[in-house]
Amino acid sequence: MEATFATHGTLPPKAQGNTPRSHGCPDPAEYVVFDRVQKSYDGLSLVVKDLNLAVSKGEFLTMLGPSGSGKTTCLMMLAGFETATHGEIRLSGRDINLVPPHKRGIGMVFQSYALFPHMTVAENLSFPLEVRGIAKPQREAQIKHALDMVKMGAFADRRPAQLSGGQQQRIALARALVFDPALVLMDEPLGALDKHLREHMQLEIKSLHERIGITVVYVTHDQSEALTMSDRIAVFNDGRIQQLATPADLYERPQNSFVAQFIGANNSLRGLVEEVKGDRALVRLSNGELISATAVGVNAKGQETSVSIRPERVEFKPELMPAGAHTIDASVIDTVYMGDILHCRLKAAGNDNFIVKMRNTLGQTKLSPGERIRIGWHPEDARALDPI
Amino acid sequence: MAALLEVTTADGRPLRVALDAARGRARLRAMALVAPLLIFIVITFVVPIGQVLFRSINNEGFAQTAPNLTAWFDANPTNVAPDETAYTALAADLELMRRNRTAGAAGTRINDVLPGSRSLFTSSARAAADFAAPFKDAVLAKDARWADPRVWHAMRTASNRYSLDYYIIAADRQRDADGRIVSVPPERRLYVGLFAKTLWQSAFITLLCLALAFPIAHLIATVRQSTANLLLILVLLPFWTSLLVRTSSWIVLLQGQGVVNNVLVAMGLIDTDHRLKLIYNNVGTIIVMTHVLLPFIVLPLYSVMRMINPAYVRAARSLGASSWTAFRRVYLPLTLPGVAAGSLLVFILAVGYYITPALVGGADGQLISNMIQYHLGASNWSLAAALAFILLAGVIVLYWIYDRLVGVDKLKLG
Repeated sequence: MEATFATHGTLPPKAQGNTPRSHGCPDPAEYVVFDRVQKSYDGLSLVVKDLNLAVSKGEFLTMLGPSGSGKTTCLMMLAGFETATHGEIRLSGRDINLVPPHKRGIGMVFQSYALFPHMTVAENLSFPLEVRGIAKPQREAQIKHALDMVKMGAFADRRPAQLSGGQQQRIALARALVFDPALVLMDEPLGALDKHLREHMQLEIKSLHERIGITVVYVTHDQSEALTMSDRIAVFNDGRIQQLATPADLYERPQNSFVAQFIGANNSLRGLVEEVKGDRALVRLSNGELISATAVGVNAKGQETSVSIRPERVEFKPELMPAGAHTIDASVIDTVYMGDILHCRLKAAGNDNFIVKMRNTLGQTKLSPGERIRIGWHPEDARALDPI
Repeated sequence: MAALLEVTTADGRPLRVALDAARGRARLRAMALVAPLLIFIVITFVVPIGQVLFRSINNEGFAQTAPNLTAWFDANPTNVAPDETAYTALAADLELMRRNRTAGAAGTRINDVLPGSRSLFTSSARAAADFAAPFKDAVLAKDARWADPRVWHAMRTASNRYSLDYYIIAADRQRDADGRIVSVPPERRLYVGLFAKTLWQSAFITLLCLALAFPIAHLIATVRQSTANLLLILVLLPFWTSLLVRTSSWIVLLQGQGVVNNVLVAMGLIDTDHRLKLIYNNVGTIIVMTHVLLPFIVLPLYSVMRMINPAYVRAARSLGASSWTAFRRVYLPLTLPGVAAGSLLVFILAVGYYITPALVGGADGQLISNMIQYHLGASNWSLAAALAFILLAGVIVLYWIYDRLVGVDKLKLG
């Protein structure tokens, strides 16, 4: 074990991270494992509470959550800048709790990019190769390859300060990849870019991931970024993973109210469970109306619940209403013009922030404030979750 | 041609003129705000220092006390040996000095260049009333030293309104019998050695300060803000105490029967008959100056380190650098502006430091500024000014070298 550590830094980069070490041939589905990990900074409260997570090889996993949810702490523990207070973190089957950051062979992209300002772009990329004792000709080949990969080949002699935010971002990415790590961590790498550039870079990072087949653990608080890029998303809140699922599952089948609220827009109706039968629940809304919903976070009569319905699954034109739709009365509060869609705010079943999204088509119905309409949705699209 | 292409405002005035007019008022107001400080600095700083430095090359005293000799020197070129007319002028001037009681002042001026010649003037002037022609024989009969060509060389340069005599003295040089500039005998060499000692000692103190300040500044820059504020106050605490109090407390600590020696004796580390000499020597000067100058390097270092994003070192670590490599290749280069600024500040302050060496330096702990002060006190302003100018020029040269190596624009003073 000790000898392996000692030679680790000088191994050819291709071999790093890929070589099984202590556990023979590790399971590719358990490439990165958090095993009952807890973290406390002050000895009084836990920032990360009992984290269990397995990332498989080649996966793009995103840790998504509001600030203070513990996602960045998890990333820092994986990178080696924080130590777990309890539990084990394994990389390729090997416990890395006591391995210092520079011997983990993990590439990392920081939110601030952290490009060394006193070095040129090429020197920045050369740094990880130099500390690994790679000879100059091979260094230059690898630097060129990495720069070409992010389409920045012409900028090798610039200083970071001479680059735009997007260009710096690409260089930071190239630097994290230049020594061929098998695992790359990204800590809100697109947070400082404007919206347009951010969306462009999301696609580029995604395609880069698919092309070179690295494992990526990505941290963000931007849910649309997480949905666009990830194979799986771990939604963090209050030091726990609230749900770990593919983007589609997460959006369409949220397991609790936090996830439903955090991912995408959500209409939430409060009520009491009247009856639970199989995966269906009958819910009495606060205005007395009885609706059917998929039982997710409820299992018994009398429980409080919060029924979640996505705005785009709500319909108000009778001819477009799905068969078997449940309809209720609503009154229009206002309509906000957003270009591609019209954002209509309604008062319905005691919720005066009930949103309906309408495509801005030719001849779309114009709803005026105070107008009374009937809205409906398919019972499958209503999910009875834990109360907020 | 240029006028044809000139851009104009909407009403046809040239744009440049309109812009100047628009900016003029703002510029005037800015000048008015700066003017009080500018005038203050010119009156209290530039003018007096300029005058003092001017005295290092300007001395009219001898020309006034010895007008006849001055006239003879003006009429006769350098290589003419003093003849009877010269001695006539000398006798007349000595008589003038006797009556005006200025022989001492004239003697002192020549004595600076040619030690031991003050008495020549005072004793000869006392006898000046009795001189009669031929004056050469009369004067030489009174004192044969008047035949020494070095005396005449000294009087000739002293009669000039401007001379570099004091720079020659400050460089441990003198004129020989032929007027050539040669080194003084080794036992009288003083200033060059003292300049060299001042420079190396300042460099040593700067290194000590840097070695002590770097970890502290790093600590302050990385701990919580409230702790950092407390530590900064502790660093600045010396500024709030009088320099005299600080220096005196070092005397209490370091003297032969002081705290440090007593503790060492009590611990049995040294014998009571062999107490360490920690003060009134060079060791004392170095210890106390390092302490006094430490805050001047902590602050620039701290201000630079505070701005270094911790992500840089983390990035270096994640890229495979050991903590030492990350420090050497990433952190240290980023602190260089602070290192350079703090070192420059401490070095310049140390080069001109006066009070600490004066109080705790004893005989061998004196620096060039103590010598400048001595000459000021002894009313030899010209020599003090020459020494001060050499010191100033030296610092400016070092600053220029610093600018070439590091760049003044990279300087960060906090």
